[in-house]
Amino acid sequence: MPDITYITVDGTARVIDVPVGTSVMRGAVLNDVPGIVAQCGGNAQCATCHVYVDEATRDKPEPVRPDEDDMLGFTACPRTEGSRLSCRLKVTEALDGLVVRLPERQY
Amino acid sequence: MAGGAHPDSVVVVGAGQGGQQTAVSLREHGYQGRVTLISGEDALPYERPPLSKAYLKDGAYLRGDSQLWLRPATYYVNQSIDLVAGTVTEIDRAARRVRLADGSSYAYGHLVLATGSRARTLGVPGAGLRGVHTLRTARDAAALGAALAAARRAVVLGAGFIGLEFASVARESGREVTVVESRPRPLARVVTARTGAHFTRAHRAAGTRLLFGQGVAALHGDRRGQVVAVETADGRRLPADLVLVGVGAVPHTELAAAAGLPVDDGVTVDARLLTADPHISAVGDCASFPGPRTGNRLRLASVQNAVGHARLVAGRLTGNSRPYDELPWFWSRQFATTLQIAGLDEGHDREVVLDGGPDAFSVLLFQGEELRAVESVNRPGDHLAARRLLHRPVPLRPAEASAPGFTLKGHLLAASNG
Ligand SMILES: Cc1cc2nc3c(=O)[nH]c(=O)nc-3n(C[C@H](O)[C@H](O)[C@H](O)COP(=O)(O)OP(=O)(O)OC[C@H]3O[C@@H](n4cnc5c(N)ncnc54)[C@H](O)[C@@H]3O)c2cc1C
Repeated sequence: MPDITYITVDGTARVIDVPVGTSVMRGAVLNDVPGIVAQCGGNAQCATCHVYVDEATRDKPEPVRPDEDDMLGFTACPRTEGSRLSCRLKVTEALDGLVVRLPERQY
Repeated sequence: MAGGAHPDSVVVVGAGQGGQQTAVSLREHGYQGRVTLISGEDALPYERPPLSKAYLKDGAYLRGDSQLWLRPATYYVNQSIDLVAGTVTEIDRAARRVRLADGSSYAYGHLVLATGSRARTLGVPGAGLRGVHTLRTARDAAALGAALAAARRAVVLGAGFIGLEFASVARESGREVTVVESRPRPLARVVTARTGAHFTRAHRAAGTRLLFGQGVAALHGDRRGQVVAVETADGRRLPADLVLVGVGAVPHTELAAAAGLPVDDGVTVDARLLTADPHISAVGDCASFPGPRTGNRLRLASVQNAVGHARLVAGRLTGNSRPYDELPWFWSRQFATTLQIAGLDEGHDREVVLDGGPDAFSVLLFQGEELRAVESVNRPGDHLAARRLLHRPVPLRPAEASAPGFTLKGHLLAASNG
């Protein structure tokens, strides 16, 4: 299973094996990583699963699609180059080694 | 203080979206007392929206309900949230205790009713035949998924959200699908005619038969008690080996009523979501609360409403008491269409449509000069902008919205900078 590193606001890093076919959001929620709200449960409705993909691993995920792009304009913390909605980051083998940072707040 | 903050223990009845969030938010607010979450279902707390959507696709339900869990089992242990399986049968308000079907009982400092609702059933002959389903729980969805896998012809009774979402999954799975609806159009009570027409087109384009203005007289079965056909009020016979009844939901108010608490359409609560008993609150689908804008009684069935109510009650129990005033929002997904609704249509007299390309638009609902709600079809950016505009609120008049080149996001930005 691909290893994904979650870095929480206090700087703690956790490496989690996330099953292929799920999402970076589910990986966080099911492993109790604090900092992702995901109020809509991963349906790209609420922009409360915002993460910053670390620069060095930024080319691992598929690029942002239009619906996600629209929603990223409305995250609680500012959008940067690495901003993604983690429910839209589908886990594939290509994501192995991905590093994401959690924002300070989600709503 | 009435409904006093900092009770020594909180018992939550129902571990669905609202009950689970109440427990989560209590701990997030630093609540130190005992939290007991009583679940009438034999599953970890899970989310329902996928049940009529992704969970039924490609046999996803076969992988089990863990993909729906709101949190892992370890979360409840780590947070000292006592998850109890059982059904509450009685509230003893004088003793401040709830009793469960197995005879056990729990004392509470504060009680939160988060009992949700159940699917309404159909009062016609044959409604109890095998192959006739309703959809509310993960267990319902697993049964429906298995039936769908074996079915050739599905008939859906009711063109509400759950009925239409299931119809789209069934059609995408290659089944012959007919939807029967007594009103003249789909989603008649919840969206504008313009948005309804979009869904009519989408379902018909996919090859689904939609019958509007059509009641159901009876369901017919074979000798083994398996449904074989739906008979409409005008005498048509629609062959079916699977029937989904999607005719709405009924709130679980029996417990509250039996305890002598006022109940109207749901459990009656005040603006702070407190029942007539200062030691009992109600949240989510089962609560009837005064609308923040009009004061009219509202009962909403959505994730936002359950979560918003839960957070408010958890806040009150930890010392931050305020009236509930969150903006309602909702979504639905059918075929390639995502519908999102921001705000609440409690009557409107003007609609302004913003076109956003093929099969994408937003309908702005105005009452007089005031924006009340926005329906967005495949326009997620419009939806989030609308939520901000309606929440603040930022004034927007129909004339401005009708101007060429107007966008919700542009209006929001102009208001933020101005
Ligand atoms: C198929 C389906 C699709 C949906 N899709 C969407 C969607 O796309 N978007 C959206 O916003 N909303 C959607 N909803 C609505 C949303 O899921 C509900 O509004 C939400 O779950 C309400 O939360 P609740 O906690 O009030 O009730 P529920 O989630 O229904 O939970 C209530 C729980 O209380 C338990 N209970 C009841 N009585 C007792 C008792 N006496 N003792 C112990 N336990 C008891 C029940 O068993 C249940 O587990 C959907 C609902 C369904 C059924």
